[in-house]
Amino acid sequence: MTTIVEHEVGKARTRKEDARLITGQTNWTDNITLPGQAHVAFLRSPYAHARITSVDVSAARQASGVIAAFSGADFAGEQGSLPCAWPVTEDIVMPDHPPMAVDTVRYAGEIVAAVVARDRYAAADALESIDVSYEPLEPVLDMEAALEPGSPKVHEAGNKSFTWTFANGDLEAAFRDAPVVLERTYRQQRLIPSAMEPRAVVCAPVGDEYTMWSATQIPHVLRVMLAVVTGIGEQNLRVIAPDVGGGFGSKLQVTAEEVLALLLARKLGRPVKWTESRSEGNVAVHHGRDQIQRIRVAASADGQLRGLDVDLLADMGAYLMLVTPGIPLLGAFMYNAIYKMDAYRFNCTGVFTTKTPTDAYRGAGRPEATFAIERIMDDLAAHLGVDPLELRERNWIRHEEFPYTTIAGLTYDSGNYEAATAQARSLFHYDDLRKEQSERNAAGSPVRLGIGVSTYTEMCGLAPSRILGSLAYGAGGWEHASVRVLPTGKVEVVTGSSAHGQGHETAWSQIVADELGVPFEDVRVLHGDTQVSPKGMDTYGSRSLTVGGTAVVKACGKVREKARAVAAAMLEVSPDDLEWADGRWSVRGDPEQGKTIGEIAFATFAAHNMPEGMEPSLDSDATYDPDNFSFPHGTHLCAAEVDTETGAVKIRSYVAVDDVGVVVNPLIVDGQVHGGIAQGIGQALYEEAAYDSSGNLVTATLADYLIPSAADLPAFTIARTTTPSTGNPLGVKGVGEAGTIASTPAVVNAIVDALRPLGVSDVPMPCTPQRVWRAIQEASPASGPASGPASGSEGAAR
Amino acid sequence: MKITVNIDGVRYEDDVEPRLLLVHYLRERAGRTGTPIGCDTTNCGACTVLMNGVSVKSCSVLTVQADGAEITTIQGLADGELHPLQRAFHEEHALQCGYCTPGMIMAAVDLLRDNPHPTEEQVRDGLEGNLCRCTGYQNIVRAVMRAAGDGEHAQAATGERAGVSA
Repeated sequence: MTTIVEHEVGKARTRKEDARLITGQTNWTDNITLPGQAHVAFLRSPYAHARITSVDVSAARQASGVIAAFSGADFAGEQGSLPCAWPVTEDIVMPDHPPMAVDTVRYAGEIVAAVVARDRYAAADALESIDVSYEPLEPVLDMEAALEPGSPKVHEAGNKSFTWTFANGDLEAAFRDAPVVLERTYRQQRLIPSAMEPRAVVCAPVGDEYTMWSATQIPHVLRVMLAVVTGIGEQNLRVIAPDVGGGFGSKLQVTAEEVLALLLARKLGRPVKWTESRSEGNVAVHHGRDQIQRIRVAASADGQLRGLDVDLLADMGAYLMLVTPGIPLLGAFMYNAIYKMDAYRFNCTGVFTTKTPTDAYRGAGRPEATFAIERIMDDLAAHLGVDPLELRERNWIRHEEFPYTTIAGLTYDSGNYEAATAQARSLFHYDDLRKEQSERNAAGSPVRLGIGVSTYTEMCGLAPSRILGSLAYGAGGWEHASVRVLPTGKVEVVTGSSAHGQGHETAWSQIVADELGVPFEDVRVLHGDTQVSPKGMDTYGSRSLTVGGTAVVKACGKVREKARAVAAAMLEVSPDDLEWADGRWSVRGDPEQGKTIGEIAFATFAAHNMPEGMEPSLDSDATYDPDNFSFPHGTHLCAAEVDTETGAVKIRSYVAVDDVGVVVNPLIVDGQVHGGIAQGIGQALYEEAAYDSSGNLVTATLADYLIPSAADLPAFTIARTTTPSTGNPLGVKGVGEAGTIASTPAVVNAIVDALRPLGVSDVPMPCTPQRVWRAIQEASPASGPASGPASGSEGAAR
Repeated sequence: MKITVNIDGVRYEDDVEPRLLLVHYLRERAGRTGTPIGCDTTNCGACTVLMNGVSVKSCSVLTVQADGAEITTIQGLADGELHPLQRAFHEEHALQCGYCTPGMIMAAVDLLRDNPHPTEEQVRDGLEGNLCRCTGYQNIVRAVMRAAGDGEHAQAATGERAGVSA
């Protein structure tokens, strides 16, 4: 019998998840209603910085429908401190972070009281009768000013949390006598991740056991942390992430609301539910980015990079959340990007301000790094009068040089920057657009054309546990999977990677179908419940497929080996005489004789003829800890038309050629790239979490915080090159963050490229019409490329 | 206040507070949790439903305003088989987390009722009031174009529904 087995991996399978999502049968946390459930509402500080002199909840307790009301003082003895799992240096300042403020508030939006009521309207009403007296303190809003002596202090220990440094190579030598030195300062504005599903928590106590449903990316990490913070035994906690409506890092958190929901459920002995409103979420969900980046490069006269020096101020906000201090450091290994150089130094200072805490947002450290290096590479190209793609080619790691250990100490296993760039260049019609650009410039057109380049890479597949350990992270980076072959030959796969829109159920089914020779439809993927999936490290850092997918492959391999022994007994041959071909174990040289996994599963279930000493099951567990990161890369090119009279920017075309290694499902990968590019464009053009001078967030709604709509975005042209990762059996690299990392610098580079003839060398993000217009007005009159003032000090050509 | 409202073909007679938002009525009283809430300023459109055949953001409608109305939510859209837009969203991978999807599909139903053969730009403009954070909209636009071009079936289904509920 010869069958041609079509591989599932690589197929554009439509998603299994969709059936419930397109019909409204989805199980969001806010859909859950339990018998006796009460609703929680939180009162939040209107001050960025204040001492709490009194909180009076007595009137709220008397209000109609109210079950209970509490101030921070009521929980002072039991609420503990919200955890930070990443103390990046030994002398890091990690202030106490009570879930409900007791005596001081340090950002507008911090919780000061809680009401539990019969329904959400009654709870919201009762908040108004809580009387809180504050003694306002001076807000701390500017990172540089915060570090000045005499600045008001966010915490007693001061406003500096840590300084972390990395250095490799002789930086002084690299800069000494360098023919070209450029220095720039870039500002990564503060962003709000804005997953479409606001957060929600339901917590139900039954005896001494607690079940929490939460809109979280990290049910497993959350369970451990809830146990640590509250002292409730981990064995008595079950955390369920039901359907979760996006995260982008914002749900990679252990939140005050989760801890308080648990404490309230325990105190009241009944289920409680809290759902945030968007305007509550914008002040209370952690923010992203917010860095001041000083970057300096030294190069030879022909543009060969010699040295790179990066100095960051990173805004932690008021407290250190789960991985706050580690986020800017994930960028430390990425500033050198795809380029070769002799020396590199990275220095980052984490600063406290009286703003919402920052933490992971899509890309987490890597978009910041990529932005700074890709911006300065474009500036260097302009400075030297070299085409920006040509300058990159002079510096990038050549295909034949892989594996390559970078100046930041990472070993890039594979890559082909030449191929991705060639394809992007061709799809973009790069030369035609350059020609049109010079024609418009020559004609002095009021609408200029700019071409932005971004040749990015990123480190994905977080993460080898030993590296996390060396960076003082509190946990490992492995992932777990279980595979159970049911008596009827259907398969249950349990993954520790908790999906929230990524499509694990579909992609994992494709992998298992290939590994076990079963139909795609016969695989069911289970995740997101610590009782169903007891072990896991969850979903972030583009890790699911590279780490979690590999765990699934390993578990399938164990099942296959067990099946081989059973098949041998069934066929009365030696296991050594069997080969795995076309999705079944068959006798070498006699392929008619063979058994499918389904046949073997039933024989195992019956267990009449098991090999000696073998347990009757076709189940397996596997935990995979990667040896290395994976390194997706690509070339993104953006053509932007900039109206010099109005400052309006229109993206005319956008080409992305990404190399994410082997693609399991091209439909899903395309979707990730589209969405990632859109989020990066959001940072470049639209989004900013802005504060007023008293420290109030003035972009607390979606009317003020502008995430792009369909009308704001162009259609993207995307393509791929495939250079398999050598670090995992699937050859995959991860794609969750690529688009976001690549697109922001591509867009801003395009805008600056359009305006360089007018003397503009930077436009701060988001590049709103007003900012673009102002940059044009402030620029010196046109006198040729690279003549304008830089945002930092202009590099000296020697 | 007493209201009578028809939701996905089922008649509800109820007594509601005047301030109760339609979306809360749908989710918490009628149990139609297929319509989610994404914001509190009517910007995101996740809660879009059809009221008498026309799309509304159910967070900006008071339940009492829906007295006597026919409401169609995402849960009432499929009539034995998936609506062409639901099918197109699935086939074009026009959703990832799926949170905006119910509202996006309902807004698209109304868009195609208004304009059965939109251009890509018209689709982008028409869905401006519905935010998605996952897809970059590319496949959403494709799905709507696909549903619009899905031959007579799409036309009939879209038009028919508009006719019934109008």
